Amino acid sequence: MIYWHSFADFIAMGGYGTYVWGSFGVTALIMLIEPIVVARNRKTTIARLKRQLRAETRNTAE
Amino acid sequence: MKDRLNLYRLASPATFYPFAGAMIPFFAAVSVVFGLAGLYLGMLVAPTDFQQGEGYRIIFIHVPASWMSMFIYLIMAGWAAIGLAFNTRLSGMMAQALAPTGALMAFISLWTGAFWGKPMWGAWWVWDARLTSELILLFLYIGYMALTAAIDDARRADKAGGLLLLVGVVNVPIIYFSVKWWNTLHQGSSIAMGKSSMATTMLWGMLLMAMCFWMYSIAVAFMRVRTIMLERERHTDWVKALLAGDGK
Repeated sequence: MIYWHSFADFIAMGGYGTYVWGSFGVTALIMLIEPIVVARNRKTTIARLKRQLRAETRNTAE
Repeated sequence: MKDRLNLYRLASPATFYPFAGAMIPFFAAVSVVFGLAGLYLGMLVAPTDFQQGEGYRIIFIHVPASWMSMFIYLIMAGWAAIGLAFNTRLSGMMAQALAPTGALMAFISLWTGAFWGKPMWGAWWVWDARLTSELILLFLYIGYMALTAAIDDARRADKAGGLLLLVGVVNVPIIYFSVKWWNTLHQGSSIAMGKSSMATTMLWGMLLMAMCFWMYSIAVAFMRVRTIMLERERHTDWVKALLAGDGK
């Protein structure tokens, strides 16, 4: 089933290792970082909106 | 149940927000499953390419990313058309939520293309019709994001951005058919309905990776649209109630 003879074979990619792993590495990095950035952005946005809402209700109460 | 699936109700942010939140884990999980299966087939099982050697394996991400970069743009343009025609609130939010992911897909397409082109053509970049039109697509994404970010009023930003999206949509068929219309260095399509010039494992590996990228894009866009909804609808009762609660 598995096409490769050894792990070293797999890493070497028949001499194309730099190009194959350069492509897959950057793609994996992007697809890992993007959701993290989006989730962090969501947290800071919620925290800011909550602060604003508290400030607003305090002002109307006074 | 019938009421919950009503599309008109889903188009309201207050209804779409919890729906998107519930769907994110599903799309994320399905994306991971498709990704693992696609990588297994493409990287471990699929045979080598007799012309391109092992370097061809780059296509397992290059083709799905390129498809998604065009597809996401079409979806955004569709939302823009709906937004301009019916003045719906959700459309602009959806377009804005999709843009960064579309831009990243265009970038991945160009990056992996360069890493394929260097060993195969001997050049990272050539001004070929396919590559140039894909680069223009990346610029359209960046232009849309810069334009909407520069306009403070969200509804006006949506209108201006929507117009840009609709004008730029002409670029998508140019990308897609460029390999037919012009004599490009970029090779023609390997996949066609009914007749594909690929081994079965390669084809399945690529289709699974395409599904992985697709589900990933939906999951990330849903995550992003929920934040945009909170921001834009912060003066509405449903957002205030959410923020007063746990913010989920």
